[in-house]
Amino acid sequence: MTRNLNGRAVAAAGETLDWAAVRSQFPIMERKVQGGVQLVYLDNAASSQKPAAVLEAMARYYRTSHANVHRGVHTLSEEATALYEDARQNAGRLINAPSSRECVYVRNTTEGINLVAGSWGRANLGPGDTVVTTVMEHHSNIVPWQILQADRGFDLRYVPVTPEGNLDRDVFGSLMAEEPKLVCFTHVSNVLGTVNPVAELTAEAHAAGALVLVDGAQGVPHLPVDVQALGVDFYVYSGHKMCGPTGIGLLWARRELLQAMPPWMGGGEMIREVTLEGSRWNELPYKFEAGTPAIAEAVGLGAAAEYLMDLGMDNVASHSAYLTNYAYNQLVEIEGVHILGPGPEDRLGLVSFHVDEVHPHDLSAILDLDGVAIRAGHHCAQPLHRSLDLIASARASFYLYNTESEIDRLAAGIERARRIF
Amino acid sequence: MDQLYREAIIDHYKHPRHYGCLEAPDYKAHDLNPFCGDELTIEVKVDEDEIIRSVAFNGKGCAISLASASMLMEEILHESLDEVKTWTREDILDMLGIEIGPVRMKCALLSLKVLKKGVYGLDQLEEEELD
Ligand SMILES: Cc1ncc(COP(=O)(O)O)c(C=O)c1O
Repeated sequence: MTRNLNGRAVAAAGETLDWAAVRSQFPIMERKVQGGVQLVYLDNAASSQKPAAVLEAMARYYRTSHANVHRGVHTLSEEATALYEDARQNAGRLINAPSSRECVYVRNTTEGINLVAGSWGRANLGPGDTVVTTVMEHHSNIVPWQILQADRGFDLRYVPVTPEGNLDRDVFGSLMAEEPKLVCFTHVSNVLGTVNPVAELTAEAHAAGALVLVDGAQGVPHLPVDVQALGVDFYVYSGHKMCGPTGIGLLWARRELLQAMPPWMGGGEMIREVTLEGSRWNELPYKFEAGTPAIAEAVGLGAAAEYLMDLGMDNVASHSAYLTNYAYNQLVEIEGVHILGPGPEDRLGLVSFHVDEVHPHDLSAILDLDGVAIRAGHHCAQPLHRSLDLIASARASFYLYNTESEIDRLAAGIERARRIF
Repeated sequence: MDQLYREAIIDHYKHPRHYGCLEAPDYKAHDLNPFCGDELTIEVKVDEDEIIRSVAFNGKGCAISLASASMLMEEILHESLDEVKTWTREDILDMLGIEIGPVRMKCALLSLKVLKKGVYGLDQLEEEELD
């Protein structure tokens, strides 16, 4: 045990699980790029790779059980429906949702937030109301609120980020005095890696009478999440960042909220009864799932959730913390490298940085020649970059299968780029 | 490495030619690359025969986008506006002399996009031409 992350013990890599065996469960890790070098995939915050268990669950579904769900009364439709609903259970269990009826399939985090904005927001927000979000957010937790604001005319306020890379708690507190109706923030920052104190912020927001929406896109892949213990009202995550496929994610919300919310999209599946005079809505969660859903993707999401729960999210969190710490300490030693955000104890999963004289694009292109994949750009967080007086940064982000020697290759590549420029 | 970052590219990036602003430019345009946030402004002054007599650019970007702008400034100085209007994406790629993949094509072409926006005085440069 080496350090502490939010009070949890952190083991050295290898202590908790056989991580080499975990790595071997990801077929893409065999991949060679650039004419024969071993791929080093450090762009996990953008999208993770998939274990064989997920790929096989999806292929098996299509090979043996595909039919439309909740429709036909025949063997395949029954099987497909059971698989689709089992997956919902697993996806909900991963965040300790009290009931899978409160778990709505969405395409991704972005769609989940848009659903809340378009349904709850449209029904509940108007002139004189306030919504609070933060400068730290991904565009997906800013733009839906801006679009709705243009329509409904409420106040949209932003919590700034301190120079250390945390949410400014003083401003947060003073914004609560304005009695906002909704407070939105990310669990883990996709640029700074900051792990926000979700339970504390939620308690403060609730005391002010607000509901709380948490963007779990970067939280769920790395942390044990318990929506009941956190006390939040809405929690959203994407499948593709936590070993699942693209095109599927989950919105969890408290039942009373979902019950009161109007549907967001109309069509098949979401209705109880349709007459030419009007329609009545289906029960939860189907009220929010119009049209034939992404069935195979849901099956893949469920398999990913099960995979992570089998590994144990505490183990996953330890491993992520270990790699993050290792990378931080490697990069901080390199001359000309400036790391964004908090120290290693307050961050998880990633290190963003910029390098003197080397634009992030050029760095990424040079690393790519070595087979090292990182992300360069604004990472869909332009307000945050602007607040740091940057237009772009480079980001290395880690997951289950990454190793210390891969991070060493990253560090060597950065040194090489420094020599070229 | 040599392919992607030949010396001339690095040289133009580190020592950009005609970097800065002009006083009272006849043509000026600014644009950005929405995917990476790179931004570029180009300014041009012409004489009575519409021959380009001074040029300047400024902005923030990667080596490819800034080298592209710097090289383009040298190419168009003392050319006619009509000549400038004939520039295509192939001309830019020839000028850069390196292989550019699909993702970084937008970096390479930002300079031409801004220049054409400036000299046509329009906001809607034929996007297809650059895509
Ligand atoms: C913090 C955060 N929120 C939201 C998103 C959006 O996720 P998606 O593109 O899957 O909707 C991302 C990922 O890019 C993210 O990192």
